[in-house]
Amino acid sequence: MVSDASPEGGARARQAARGVHSLAPRWTWEAGETAVRGALFLAAAFAVLVTVAIFLALVVDTVPFFTQVSPVDFYAGTVWSPDIRGIFGVLPLVAGTLIIAGTACLIGIPLGLASAVFLREYAPGRVREVLKPVLEILAGIPTIVYGLFALIAIAPVLQTWFGASFFNGANAILVVGIMIIPMVSSLSEDALTAVPVDLRDGALALGATRFEATRRVVLPAALSGVVASFVLAFSRAVGETMIVLIVAGQNTDLTFNVFGQMTTMAGWIAKRATGDVAVGETVYLAMFAVGFTLFLITLFLNLVSDYLRTRFREEYD
Amino acid sequence: MIPRSRAVRRLEEWTFVVGFLVAVGIAVLALAVLLGSILVAAWPRLTPAILFNYSNSTNPATAGYAAAVVGTLWIVGLTLLFSLPLGIAAGIYLQEYGGRGILSRILQAGVSNLAGVPSVVFGLLGLAVFVRALGMGPVVLAGALTLTMLVFPYVVITTQEAVRAVPQSIRDAALALGSTKWQAIRKQVLPAAAPGLLTGAILAASRAIGETAPLLVIGALFLQTFIPYGPDSPFVALPVQIYAYTILPVNQWGGVAAAGMIVLMGILFSFNAVAIVVRNRLQRQRW
Repeated sequence: MVSDASPEGGARARQAARGVHSLAPRWTWEAGETAVRGALFLAAAFAVLVTVAIFLALVVDTVPFFTQVSPVDFYAGTVWSPDIRGIFGVLPLVAGTLIIAGTACLIGIPLGLASAVFLREYAPGRVREVLKPVLEILAGIPTIVYGLFALIAIAPVLQTWFGASFFNGANAILVVGIMIIPMVSSLSEDALTAVPVDLRDGALALGATRFEATRRVVLPAALSGVVASFVLAFSRAVGETMIVLIVAGQNTDLTFNVFGQMTTMAGWIAKRATGDVAVGETVYLAMFAVGFTLFLITLFLNLVSDYLRTRFREEYD
Repeated sequence: MIPRSRAVRRLEEWTFVVGFLVAVGIAVLALAVLLGSILVAAWPRLTPAILFNYSNSTNPATAGYAAAVVGTLWIVGLTLLFSLPLGIAAGIYLQEYGGRGILSRILQAGVSNLAGVPSVVFGLLGLAVFVRALGMGPVVLAGALTLTMLVFPYVVITTQEAVRAVPQSIRDAALALGSTKWQAIRKQVLPAAAPGLLTGAILAASRAIGETAPLLVIGALFLQTFIPYGPDSPFVALPVQIYAYTILPVNQWGGVAAAGMIVLMGILFSFNAVAIVVRNRLQRQRW
């Protein structure tokens, strides 16, 4: 049995074996290695395959949609009434998405960044050991739990205090805001951790207070990672489905009143998919057109986040 | 710049310390209120019957999660069966064979992009490909395949981290003793990385248990009065069943939905507990 480990040895053994046919090994270590490598490569290619499949699956149904509804009417239309009036203007859904995700970020990002700075720069070891798992638990809770929480704990309160309708945008904003705190916090903390201790110590030695050192030295040094975490959090909020579906309501009028009902792109897709819909109907195709738009928006945000993280990274060694 | 007085700087420092504390406090409080409110709502409904009753939409007193619990176990089991081998293989390739060429950069970008795709979009993919194009219909297998694509990037990323953490000297020693690259990986690197791989499995299971939107989109049932019998069975999963109860009047049905949440978290925590015990056993063997 030829079991040479080195490529040259194996090649020589193969050449020798070829001369004497009866002794030619049917299997060599190299062949096995190549087979394993090939199989592993195929697994790694799965991600790209799925990405392509998503793109194709969405495009295949989006193209016929745009033969029935012009892209201009779709992207510039301010009325979304697919079932009753057959009008497909996606702007109310886009506006709902951006208002809910944007406002949720106004809540979640400052709280997340503040938690990260506190954990990284201020908290004593023991406090950190307690707080980090709490944030990790928050990060691991399925979004349907957040949705139910909004339904039984937030919606009644907003209804009583602000006279809001029971289902409203603000419910979703508050809870999506809470949902992204742990994400911003853990990613920002990673970025802060990557800043060398020397920089911090240098600032403190020059007489800076801890906050001055953080604001003038540590945060600027970690800026790319911190901003990347903001963008990623926004992307997550844009794609959030269950919270919006459960508590934001069904109304698809173009509105900026967060205490009224609102719908997002993801929320509408999930809502419509659970209703009666025949394959090939314009409404069915519209789910894919909206999904395609949502996919492009989040893809763009994720690429921006990646770009920020790699391009503007300060390297310290 | 005008130098600021000591008092001003001190005030600033303390203001922000208090601010940071409040921020962390809000996060902790949010978790407490969240868990507390769900537990309080669920309390009157937490009886064994909730596990054994089928769902209905007329009488909250006899509504339960029998089909949903079995459906979730089917879905999560199959998802792990598909996604773990695939994700671990992909992670090994990217970390051990990938190198820094353009090809592996594309593969890596594919993984991180996939991790950022909204879950509802995976639902549309599952609907278009598995349910419709392949003609499976809204069955357990279609749900599991959809979730496999969703959890795949998480398994890959945790595998990469686990494999990266194994010291290079372990590989070098194996290679120096004459093993091939794959032998070194299989006999040395993978056993050493096993606890990390298990973390990936927990992460994948946690995601698969809680995902609702993709299953809604591919067409999970809302009212199911039979136990899912296999991969080709129509199904309902726990989060989908919970959602189905949340669209009913909350005064009567909120408790049923919240009790389902407790069941869901119970399954989640028992998965975690088993994995932690196994991980601790694995970690005992060291180089």
